[in-house]
Amino acid sequence: MKTTLRKIAPGLLIVSFFVLWELICLIFGISHLVLPRPTQIVTTFFEYAPAIWPHAQQTLYTTMVGFSAGVVIGLLLGILIGSSKLAYETAYPLLVGISSIPKVAVVPIFVLWFGAGTVPAILTAAIICIFPIVVNTATGIATVEPELEDVMRSLKATKTEILWNIGLPRSMPYFFASLKVAITLSFVGSVIAETVASNKGVGNMMLIASSSFNVPLVFAGLMVLATMGIVFYAIFALIERRVAGWAMRKTM
Amino acid sequence: MTAQPSEKLMVFEKVGVTYGTGDDGTEALQPTDLTLSKGDFLALVGPSGCGKSTILKLVSEVLAPTTGNIFFSGRELGATPIRVGMAFQSASLLPWMTVRDNVMLPLKIVPPFKADYRAKRRGEYRERVDALLEKVGLIDFADNNTWELSGGMMQRANLCRALIHEPDLLLLDEPFGALDQFTREELWQTLQELWIETRPTVILVTHDLREAAYLASRICVMSPRPGRIVDDSVIDFVRPRDIDLVFEPDFVALVQRLRNKIVHTPNIRKRNAA
Repeated sequence: MKTTLRKIAPGLLIVSFFVLWELICLIFGISHLVLPRPTQIVTTFFEYAPAIWPHAQQTLYTTMVGFSAGVVIGLLLGILIGSSKLAYETAYPLLVGISSIPKVAVVPIFVLWFGAGTVPAILTAAIICIFPIVVNTATGIATVEPELEDVMRSLKATKTEILWNIGLPRSMPYFFASLKVAITLSFVGSVIAETVASNKGVGNMMLIASSSFNVPLVFAGLMVLATMGIVFYAIFALIERRVAGWAMRKTM
Repeated sequence: MTAQPSEKLMVFEKVGVTYGTGDDGTEALQPTDLTLSKGDFLALVGPSGCGKSTILKLVSEVLAPTTGNIFFSGRELGATPIRVGMAFQSASLLPWMTVRDNVMLPLKIVPPFKADYRAKRRGEYRERVDALLEKVGLIDFADNNTWELSGGMMQRANLCRALIHEPDLLLLDEPFGALDQFTREELWQTLQELWIETRPTVILVTHDLREAAYLASRICVMSPRPGRIVDDSVIDFVRPRDIDLVFEPDFVALVQRLRNKIVHTPNIRKRNAA
């Protein structure tokens, strides 16, 4: 009984959220120009679906490419920084500095270098997600229990063997935790870039829709983004269960 | 007892260790002579900080002696790679691996086994691990996660991991220190069975005099820091030793003698020249 409730609870919350939204709009007679009702948004979505699709594809594409690049770079940097105290202390201030820059501010620079369109979106999606991945991976590797390393050292394992057999598996729960944050950040990054400088993508579509007061379409764009975010989050949560489920002490 | 050809496996010649240098240096081990024969089961006992663990570090080449020389199989230590198996007080099993994979880990790391690891890990190595797990009664848990084991079972797996690669030397640093008395006695018996079967050369560091007397064929008592060996006795109770042995008068007398040695050894500070 309790487990069934647990399983349906997230869905239940989402449904009641939308029902409440719908009701508030109806009761207070809120104009669709201010806040469209969920039913209006869904209708608009289906109405405009053929037009939305290429934009969604573009956003998905830039986000995925940027995110993948961010993961590779972030993981490599994280391993480097996590396994050497010197690298940790040297690179950390620079990383913090770069990550504190609002990413909207760098989009114009990317546009200046690469022109408007796909490339700035990919780059923004990449740099916005690198930091959490680096920090988490580095933390996972740097906090390996010395007892575990002693086991390897008594077997005269090399540094690479220790990293491969202890450091990396040990950091996987941290890595996946960061992936779940990073994927949503990547969507934020690409949509920002599309809004500022692109003629394609969900961000661009929403900008155009809002300038023509098509508010339901703006919200339909948000819905598309939220859905993609949830889907990818779920995918990584699933992979996490398989690769790093040991950390939750679940029977795999 | 079976008369072993007393082949000298490891020889300490006036081996001393000082941590730090100059006036700040702390002498951890006074120049010590010690000979370890193949198949010995040596227990090192003594008060805390007497240099027991220092000896383990020397033997496992983690630490180099400040003075003196260590020979292994007649050659200077470091000339030939020696295969060491180690078990510490914390079982330190890797939680992302099954029990079987944990025990198999040394075969992945230690030559010559590692060369064939990929080819044999599902065949020969697996059978080898399972045979060992069978002996210590863990075969039904081979595919389990490590956190599903009790403390005693974890230490059994830990012992298996220390033995799977047939080490030249098995180094045990208070492996049963964190267990309750009954589990500890069970593990004494398991360790004894494993030792009788394959006769590895063992150095056991322990605070527990009964453990030393029950398991070892030789006990070295060490003085407080800076450590030196103040007593070296052969323990010749007939093997396999039954757990009831610990109540025999001879055994009790031995433990009492060892205890007196430790308690009444004066703490000689040699560094008062400065």
